[in-house]
Formats: sequence, structure tokens, C-alpha cells
Amino acid sequence: MLMILNAILVLVILINLFALGTSRMKALIHAAAFQGVLLGFLPPLVVKDVGTLPLLMAVMTIVLKGIVIPNMLLKALRDAQVKREVEPLIGFMPSILLGAVATAVALALAGHLAPAHSPLGLLVIPTSISMLCTGFLLLTTRVKAVTQVIGFLLLENGIFVFGLLLLSAIPYLVELGVLLDLFVGIFVISIIIHHINRAFASQDTRRLSSLKG
Amino acid sequence: MNWMALVLVGVIAFAVSGPVGMLGRRGGNGWQWVSAVVAVGGGLCGLVGAFAVLLGSLSESLSFPAAAPAMTLDLRVGPLSAFFLIPIFAIGALSSIYGLGYWRQSRHPRTGRKLRFWYGLLIAGMAMLTLCENSIDFLVAWEMMALSTFFLIIIEDQKLAARQAAWVYLVATHLGTLLLVALFAILRVITGSFLFHPLPPGQVGMGLQTTIFLLATAGFGLKAGIVPLHFWLPEAHANAPSHVSATLSGVTLKMGIFGMLRVLTLLSARPPAWGFFLLTLGVVSAFMGVLWAIGQHDVKKMLAYHSVENIGIILMGLGLALLGEAEHQPIWIVLGMAGCLLHVWNHGLFKSLLFLSAGSVIHCTGTRDIDRLGGLAKSMKITAALFMLGSLAICGLPPLNGFISELFIYLGLFHTIARLPILSLAAAVLAMVGALAAACFTKAYGVAFLGTARNNVRRAHESGPTLWIPMCVLAAACVLIGVAPSLVLAPLMHATAAWSGQTLPALGSLVPFRTLSMLGVGLIAATGVGFLVQRYALRQARTGATWACGYIAPSKRMQYTASSLAQMLLTALGPLLHQRRREPRISGVLVGPSHFHTVVSDPVLKDAVEPIWRRLRSMLARGQGFQKGSIQNYIFYMLLILLALLAFTLPLAMLWKLLF
Repeated sequence: MLMILNAILVLVILINLFALGTSRMKALIHAAAFQGVLLGFLPPLVVKDVGTLPLLMAVMTIVLKGIVIPNMLLKALRDAQVKREVEPLIGFMPSILLGAVATAVALALAGHLAPAHSPLGLLVIPTSISMLCTGFLLLTTRVKAVTQVIGFLLLENGIFVFGLLLLSAIPYLVELGVLLDLFVGIFVISIIIHHINRAFASQDTRRLSSLKG
Repeated sequence: MNWMALVLVGVIAFAVSGPVGMLGRRGGNGWQWVSAVVAVGGGLCGLVGAFAVLLGSLSESLSFPAAAPAMTLDLRVGPLSAFFLIPIFAIGALSSIYGLGYWRQSRHPRTGRKLRFWYGLLIAGMAMLTLCENSIDFLVAWEMMALSTFFLIIIEDQKLAARQAAWVYLVATHLGTLLLVALFAILRVITGSFLFHPLPPGQVGMGLQTTIFLLATAGFGLKAGIVPLHFWLPEAHANAPSHVSATLSGVTLKMGIFGMLRVLTLLSARPPAWGFFLLTLGVVSAFMGVLWAIGQHDVKKMLAYHSVENIGIILMGLGLALLGEAEHQPIWIVLGMAGCLLHVWNHGLFKSLLFLSAGSVIHCTGTRDIDRLGGLAKSMKITAALFMLGSLAICGLPPLNGFISELFIYLGLFHTIARLPILSLAAAVLAMVGALAAACFTKAYGVAFLGTARNNVRRAHESGPTLWIPMCVLAAACVLIGVAPSLVLAPLMHATAAWSGQTLPALGSLVPFRTLSMLGVGLIAATGVGFLVQRYALRQARTGATWACGYIAPSKRMQYTASSLAQMLLTALGPLLHQRRREPRISGVLVGPSHFHTVVSDPVLKDAVEPIWRRLRSMLARGQGFQKGSIQNYIFYMLLILLALLAFTLPLAMLWKLLF
């Protein structure tokens, strides 16, 4: 069990680094979808007795993060006619390096955090922190709206992974609620993307500052 | 009979009177009448309930355990709260009638419904405030009152002055609320409950009690407008619609006084220093308030400064009563508290009357500037007579109500002479304040109502009955209390006893009520006879321009102005005032047209609050560089904070040793 869990987590970290390095948005969305599906397998692996609720959560995660949300984003992409993130605020190579450094630091320091002493925590905490950093990197250095949404998605995935440690403490319903919030949030954002695109003939979120009073 | 229910019906009626009025069309007048009927009906219900509680010296409690999440509603109506409820309901109802004509829906389609909505909430909030027995409820009601006041001040939001006044008010009121939150937090820690429990005597230290007392004085003083915390008041009251100004000045300020009284009932200590402190604050407020009022050219601003003065007089009464408790002198308590409480009523009556009369003038002439008015006594007979009556009352002249309450305070101060002779100085200041107020109202009445109309004023006419009927009711109450002061004896005694909680000598034995009534009737009769004699003697008099002063060809512009009438006093009191003069420099023989202008500005606002505010702004402006307006930036800040929090959890000292 722990072997599979660790393998999935390593894959997830690799996807993070890929997401930081690619400029093609379609690839980015597919990467996020793949990560979502991988995450879906985690809850049944973590809990001791697999009941209906962990399974339900696994299914919902896979459906929402692996299928529904990526498809919404792909549609937004088609509508907006954007293919690439052209001018990131930090280049792709430095982004990968920063992401790698963040992962390394997370691995080095995670031992000091309290929940790390649970048997699962060895890799779960660093992965989660690394995912949070990746999400933040995407959010702060990319300017296209779709990339921002994916940054947000990765950030939430990081929180999801962290939540695995607390599964005994937090009811599943809360996790499901978070999932629903995420779905609604992205649903709204993809509509907004459409409008940004219509209003500015561009997806550049920096243009939004022209709306300031 | 459940009187509390009647009071609550009044509260609810005021709260819904606004929404009811919103049912109608924007441009139609029909629903504003429905709204006013609801408000007046509620006001009458509330008045019946409050009077029954006050006259019977009853106390009724009501508790709603789960009014809202984490909030219970604990209400109690007793003589003290009933005493304050009466002006709230009375002036609330009368102002609602006045608003029908003054702020007619068809003339103010954009703001009429908004005004009635916030006005209803203001009255409901104030009434709830007096009932609350629990600090959370109290703060909620307090904010309801404070925020509705804000929206009422800014009702004419197209005017820059109104926006500025509302802004200053908002800052001031929130500052006050902040202090009150601190105050109630301390009480909560001491008593272990949000309910208003009196502190157990002898268990809480004097330092802590004085802290609570000072917090209450500052927090409630900001609302009451005690000098130097009055800086928001004149502009705010001048810029609201007149019937709102009447309520703000006549009733809302008193909520600050009510709060102070309420908190004082909870504290067990009574050091003499508190009484001296409040008495000094009262003397300063009364004196400075009337001085600033003399220099004003705006009739509503002048009235607002007189509110500062009258709050000072009320505080003098309260300070005297506190000193009486400290020195165990029941006579001081009775006279001080009766003066304080009766002046709360009286000021509510005559200040509302004055604001409503001023509103009537503004309604008909379109200006608040005294210097542009003139000769209104000829065209607005009712308003002129009522303004005159209000002026006499506010100056504390017999036989009107202002005289009675000030007399109580005078008598109380005279009783102190044997023990604390220094307090007689306060009586001297009170007399001086009365004289200065008389000078100020001579100026206002003389310039605006006497003389001849100045050219730059619209043709004045008397305003409609919805305006003058409420004014007449207020005037009648002023005369009634002045001529028959024994009517208020029972309410005063019950409220005073409820406040102090001890057995006190009867007020009737300390004040010669019968003589006062006879004096009042005599004075009215003498005035009437004098008036008739004068009419008879002058039946064949030659008429000419007023104040022509023997000049052959007087013109309207040669009359006395407010500035020229006030000049002598202002020059004499120059060092105390912050007067700016713009006068022409005359050179040569032939002088061209020029202007002369004086402004008495508020030193607290101009020299203290504004500089502090400017410095604060420039300090905070340095932070604006962080606000770049890009999402990426903001998320980066969040990341930095998260990293900082993460770093905080790491054993940094250990890492430091590891590295070096």
C-alpha cells in the first residue's frame, strides 16, 4: 500500500515540474487532469477500512478533476483561441528550477512539522507543500487566465493531499464540500475567462487593472 | 397590563414605517402618509407604555433566549429607560409628521423613501438601546442608531459639505464604538457575563473602575458631543434635513448621556474626582459651546453649537449628582440629577422646536445663512413666534421649561457652597452661559426675523400645517413644563430614584413649585397686558424701515448683520476664539466695492483633528506602493505570508546552529 502511495506521490511531483515547464496550455490542462485522476486513487489507499464514502470521494474526484473541469477549461481555451503562455513573468526553465528547489526544501524541512510523524507523513507533507508552491508559482508568474485557473487547481490539489493526513479528523463531507466549491469556482472562472476575452480581446489578466476606478 | 409590549410595538412600528412607505411610487405622496401614520401610531403606543412605566415606577423584563445565533435579547424597561423613551417616541412621531411637508415625496423622489427608512431605524435603534440589558444587544442597537444617523446625514449626497460631514461623523462614531467595545469587554471579564450586572462593591479596584469610567466618558461623550469630542457635531447636524437635525440634536445626543448614566449604575465606586471631572467637562462644554455659537452665520450650525452648550449643562447636573453620591449629600443628588434629567427632556423639546422652526425658514427661503434673511416676522408669523418661544426657552428664561431645569442645577450648586465653595464658580459660569445664549439668540432672531427682507432671498411665505402643527405641540410642552413644573415631579423622582438606588429627599420640598407656577402665570399675564398696551399706544404710529436709525434714505443692505451684531462680543472674547477676518484695506479717498467677512472655525476640528488626520493619511500613503492592482502581485503577498508562517513553525534556532 505504502509503496503504491509513494509511487503516486512521486508521479504527482513530476507532473508539477512538467506543469511549470510547459508553455502549451493544452498539455498543461492534460497534466492537471492526469494529476486529478491520480489523486482520486489516494483516499481508498490511505484509509484502513474502505467504506462507501472514501469510494464516493475517489469517484467524484476523478470525475470532477479528471474529466469535467479539464473539459470546461479546454472549451474555454477553444473559445478564447489561445494556445500558449507566451510571456511568463519568470521563464519556464527558472520556474522548473524554483519548483525543484521548493520541493527539495519541503523534503528537507517537512520533518519538523508536527503531522509528519504519522506513518503516512513521510512523503505526503513534502508533496503537499511542493504542490502548494507550484500552484503559487503558476498563479504569480503566469498572466493568462487559463493558466491561473490551473495554478489554482494545483494549489487546491496540494490542500487535498494535505487533507489525506487529516482524514480521520475531518469528515468526508467537508472534503466533498471543498470539491464542490472548487467545481463551482472553476465553472464561474471559465465564464469569466470568456468575458475577459470578449472585453479585452485578450486573456491577459494584467489588463484587468484597467478596470480600476 | 404588559407595558413592555406597548413599547415594543412602538419600536417595531418605527422600524417598519420606512419599508411601508416604500410600497408607493417614487413620485407619489400617498404612501408617505401611510408611513407617517404607522410612525405616529407607534409613537403613541410607545408613549403610553413609557409613561405608564415611569409614573408607576414599574420594571418589566423580557428575554428572548435565542434571538439570533450566539445572541440573546434581554430587555428591561424601568423608570430610567422610560424617561429617555418618552422624548424618543414623542420627537420621533412629531418629526415624522413634519417630514410630510418638509421632505415631501413628490419633491424629493430620489431621497424621500430612503430618508423615512433610515429615520424609522434611527428611532427604533434608539428605543431599543434604552431597553437593552446585555452589552451585545446594546452595541447592536448602538450601531443601528449610529449607522442610520450616517445615512441620514449623507441623504443629500450630491452636496460636498454633506459628504464631508458624514465622513467625519462616521470616523468619530466608530472611534466611540471602539471605546465602548473596550468598555464592555472589561465589564465582561470582571462580571463573567454580557448582562449588565452591577459590580460587587469593594471587590473591583479603583484603578479599573476609573478606567471604565473614563472609557464611558470618552465613548459616550463622543456621541453626546462633549467638548473637545464635539468636532463632528456642528457640520453633521447642519447638513442633515431639519427634522432629522431636530432628532439628532434633541434626542440622539442624549443617548450618550443615557449610556453614561447606565454605566454609572453598574459601577460601585464614587470618588469625588469623577464628579469634579464631569462638572468641569460640563462647564467647559457649556461655555465653549455658546461662544462658538455666537460666531456662526449658519442658523443650523449655530443651533448645533447650542446643543454642545446644553449637553454641558446636562453634564453639570450629572457631575453634581455624582459629587453628591461621593460626599453623601442626598440633596445634591436629587437636585443635580433632576436638573440633568429634566434638561434632557427640555433640551429635546426646545432644540427640536428651534430646529423645526429653522427648517420652516429654510423650507420657505431656501437658505441657512442668517445674513441673507431678514424681516421674516412679517411673512412667517407662526414660525417667528415659535422660534421666539424656543429662543426664550433655550436661554433659560422664565416662565419656560429651560428655566426650570437650570434652576434645579443652580439650587443644587447653591447647596454645595457650605462644603465646596469652589462649585459656586460653576453657577457663575452657568449664569454667564445663559446671558451669552440670550445674546446669541437676540442676534439670530433679530437678523433673521426682524428688520426688512434682504434682496437676495426668495419671497417668503408661511409654511403648511404639517410643519407648524408639530412645532406648536413642542411649544405647548415647553410652556406647560415652564408654568406647571409640578407635573414633572413624579417622573423626575422615579427616574432619579431608579438611577441612584437610594432613598432621597423629595424634590417638592427643595424647590418652591407653587411659587414657580404663580410666577409663570404672572409673567405670561404681564407680557400679554404689556403687548395689548403697546398695541393700543402704537395704533397711530408712523411706520418706517426697521432700524433706519434716523438715516434719511436707508436701504435693505444697511441693516445690522449677524457679524456686526456679534462683533462686540467676539472682539471681547477674541483670545478664546479662533476667528478669521477678511476685511478690506481702505486706502485713498474714493473706496471701491469690497467685502467684510468673519469665520469662527472650530479649533478642535481645524487645529487638532485635521492635522492628525493628514499625518495619518500621509503615513498610510506609503503603503500604497504595495497595491499594484495585479492579481499576480496579491497572490505573491499571500505566498510570502504563508512562507513566513511556515518559517515560524520551524525551529529556527536549531537551523541557525546547524548552519553556522
